[in-house]
Amino acid sequence: MQQSQKSAADSSSFSPSDGSSERTKIVLPGYSTDAFYDELVEANGVARPDAEQLIRLFQEMPDGELSRRQQAIERLLYHMGITFTVYNDKTGTEKIFPFDVVPRIISSMLWKHIEAGLRQRISALNFFLCDVYNEQNIVKEGIIPEDLIKSAPGYLEACQGLKPFNDVWCHITGTDLVRDNSGAVYVLEDNLRCPSGVSYVLQNRHVMKRNFPQAFSASNVRPVNNYCSRLFQMLRDVAPPQVSDPTVVILTPGIYNSAYYEHSFLAQQMGIELVEGRDLVVDRDIVYMRTVAGLKRVDVIYRRVDDDFLDPKTFRKDSVLGVAGLMDAYRAGNVALANAPGTGVADDKVIYSFVPEMIRYYLGQEPILPNVPTYLCQRADDRKYVLEHLDELVVKPAGESGGYGLLIGPHSSKEERSEFAAKIKKNPRNWIAQPTLQLSRVPTAIDDKLEGRHVDLRPYILCSHPNDVWVLPGGLTRVALKKGSLVVNSSQGGGSKDTWVVAESGQDVATASSPST
Amino acid sequence: MLSRVAESIYWMGRQVERAENLARFLEVTLQMTLEHPDTLVDPWTPLVEVTGDQKEFAARYGRADPQNVVQFLGFDRDYSSSMVCCLRAARENARGVRESISTEAFEQLNDFYHFVRDAGPSQLSQPTGEFFVEIRNHALMWTGVLDSTMSHDLGWQFLNAGRLIERADKTSRILDAKYFNLLPRIEDVGTAVDDLQWSNLLLAISGFEAYRREHHLMDIEKIVSFFIFHKTFTRSIYACVAGADWSVREIHKQCDAEFPSASSNQIASLRHRLQSMDVKEVLSGGMHRFIDDLQTQLNEIGQAIANDYFNAIGSK
Repeated sequence: MQQSQKSAADSSSFSPSDGSSERTKIVLPGYSTDAFYDELVEANGVARPDAEQLIRLFQEMPDGELSRRQQAIERLLYHMGITFTVYNDKTGTEKIFPFDVVPRIISSMLWKHIEAGLRQRISALNFFLCDVYNEQNIVKEGIIPEDLIKSAPGYLEACQGLKPFNDVWCHITGTDLVRDNSGAVYVLEDNLRCPSGVSYVLQNRHVMKRNFPQAFSASNVRPVNNYCSRLFQMLRDVAPPQVSDPTVVILTPGIYNSAYYEHSFLAQQMGIELVEGRDLVVDRDIVYMRTVAGLKRVDVIYRRVDDDFLDPKTFRKDSVLGVAGLMDAYRAGNVALANAPGTGVADDKVIYSFVPEMIRYYLGQEPILPNVPTYLCQRADDRKYVLEHLDELVVKPAGESGGYGLLIGPHSSKEERSEFAAKIKKNPRNWIAQPTLQLSRVPTAIDDKLEGRHVDLRPYILCSHPNDVWVLPGGLTRVALKKGSLVVNSSQGGGSKDTWVVAESGQDVATASSPST
Repeated sequence: MLSRVAESIYWMGRQVERAENLARFLEVTLQMTLEHPDTLVDPWTPLVEVTGDQKEFAARYGRADPQNVVQFLGFDRDYSSSMVCCLRAARENARGVRESISTEAFEQLNDFYHFVRDAGPSQLSQPTGEFFVEIRNHALMWTGVLDSTMSHDLGWQFLNAGRLIERADKTSRILDAKYFNLLPRIEDVGTAVDDLQWSNLLLAISGFEAYRREHHLMDIEKIVSFFIFHKTFTRSIYACVAGADWSVREIHKQCDAEFPSASSNQIASLRHRLQSMDVKEVLSGGMHRFIDDLQTQLNEIGQAIANDYFNAIGSK
C-alpha cells in the first residue's frame, strides 16, 4: 500500500518563494533557453525555485554520469519488458519507448490552476455528452449547430437515448496540454475515447525513484502510485446498480496493439482479468467470459478497443476485436462500458472549439484553461483568414488525433500549402486551423549534455460521478527529442519524462522508498 | 481464470521446459566430446533423434556435426522447437498473460530469452559449456521464481502440469534415443566408454549424483528403472507424471466440476500403470515400444486438458 508522509512544515522552503534575496542562485552552466519558456530554469539560466535541488544535482554530476544514469534506466526498462517490437524486423528487435532522465517539475501553484481547469472542463464535457445523446438542449438553444454534431465522425446514432450508470460518459480522460512562450497553459486535445500512456507515468516514476532518490526526496513530489486503486474504485462505482460485487475486466485488442503493455500492466495492478474479444460471449444480453470453469458473468468492461470495433453487430461488421451483441447488453443495462461509446463526438476538433461555450452553458462559469484559438474552416470568415495565412497556421483534420495529416505552416512548402488549400475548399467541415505555438521546453539529456527540448503534458482524469472528478497529480510529459521539433508523438521521435508535481504543505508526498506500483 | 490465459500459461510452462532440456542435452554432449574426442560412438545424431525432427534436420543441414546440431537445436530461428524459438514462444505467451503471472516471472523469462537470443551468434563459432551452464542457471532461476513469487493457484497448477508433462516426455525421449544408440553396441558393454555414456545419460537429467548415492555402480537395469520409476527424483518419468496428476486433480477441484474430467481420469490411469509396472516388464516388452506408448499417452493427456479447459465453450 501507499506509504507516504505528510510534508513537514520546513519543506515549505522548497515551494515557490517570492524570490527572497537570501536564496543562492543556482545556474545551469552552458545551458541556453534560446528565448523559449523553459520549465526548469528562468530566461537567465537560474533554476526555478522548485527545480533547485534537481539542478544542483546536475551541476555536481561528474562528466559521463548523466549518460551513465540514462543508460541504467534504459537497461531497467528493457529488463522490465516495457518494449515494443520493431515492425518489419524478422529478428524480433525490440526497443524501449525513449525515456529522458530529466524530469519536468510543476509548481504547486501552477498545478492548482491546471487541476481546477481540468475538473471544470471534464465536468462540462460530461454534461455535454449526456445532453447531446439525450435532450440536445445545447442544440435547441442554438449554442452548437446541429449539423456540426451530426457530421462529427465520433457521433454515434446508436447511442441516442442512452443513460450510462451514474450519468458518466467519459470515465477516463487524458487531456493534452501545452504551454506557450509566456508559460500560459492551453488545452490542445481532450482525448475522451481510449487515452493511453498512464502506465508510462507510473513506470517512469518507478525508474526515477531508483535512479535519483536524493533529488526526488528533496523535491517534495506528490505521489502517483494510487492511480490504479482509484481507477479500480471508479470502475466498481459505475457498475450496474443491481450488482453488489461487480466483476471488472479490461478489454484489449491483443498483444499486437501498441498499448498492449499498458493494458496488461493495468490489469495486473488491479488484479483483474485482461480479456480479448474472443474471451467474451453475449447470451441473452448478458456478457460472459470463457473461463476454465465455464462461463462467468462480466459487469464492467474497461475497454481499450475503439468504438468502431466494439461490436460487429452494431458497428464495423469486419471487427474481430469486439464482441457480437455487446451493445445490446449495454443498452439493456447489464454491463457498464468505460468509456461509454460515443464520447468521440467531443474529440472532434470542431466540437472541441465549443468547449468554452459548454463550460459557460452547463456550469455558468468562465473557462479556467483556455483552448488554443481555433479557426473553423466551415465558417466563411475563418476560412478566408486561414487560406490567407496558411504559412503561419497549423492546419488539422477535425476528425483525427495523434498528430496525423496536419500542415505545420511555417515548416511547409508552397506545394503543400496549395494542396491543403484545395482540401479545405473541398470539405471545409473537416478542417480547422490554429496558430503555431512555441511550446515550452525542458532540459533534456543529449549526449551527456543538457539541451532544451519541446514538451507537452497529458494529465489523466477519472470521473466516477458528474460531481466527482479526480486528476492524477502528474501526467505524461512527452518530449520531442529531435532538435527544434514540435512533434512529441513516439512514432515520430518523441520520448517521455517523469512529471513531478510539487506538494503544498499538508499534501501527501511520495518517498523514494515507497513502492511505485 | 480465462481459458485463453490457462492455455497460454500451460504452454509457457512446456516451452521453457523444452528449451531447458535442449540445453541439458547439448551441454552433456559437449562435455562428453571434450573428454573423449576420439570416442567411436557419434553423440550428435541421437540428439537430433531425441527431437523426432531428423527429417527436417537432414534436409536443412545434412551432416550431424557439432556445429550443425548446436545451430539447429539451439539457435535456429526457423526451427520451431529450437531453444531460441521455444523461449520466444514462451515469452510471447507470457506477454499475453502478463497480468496473470508475477512480475518477477515475466522479467526472468524476458532476461532468459534475451540472453539466449543475444548470445546465439557467438555460440555458433565457439560453443562452450559455460554458455549452457548459464542457461541452466536461468532455468533454475525461472523455476525458483515461479514457485516462490506466484501463489499456487489455478495458473500455477496449469503451468506445473505443462512443465511436468513436457519433462516426462523429454526424459523418455533422451532415454529412448540413447538407449537405442547405446545398447546395440554389445562390444562396449562393461567398458569405460560405456560407463561414461551411461553417466552422461544420467547427467543429462541431473540424476548422476542421486543415482550414485543409491546404486554406486552403473547398471543398465537400474539406470532404466531410475529414469522411469524413481519415486522421488524430480526428473524421473514417474515423478513427473505423479506431479502432473496432482496438478490436474487440483485444477479439477478448483473448477468445481461435478463430474470427473477426461484429463484427470487419463493421467491417473497412467500413474497407476507406472506404479504397477517394473523395469523387467519394460525391457521384456521392448523399451522402444514402452516409450512410444508413453508418449502417445502423454499426448492424449495434453489433448484432454485442452478439451476440458481451453476449448470450453457454452455454459456449464
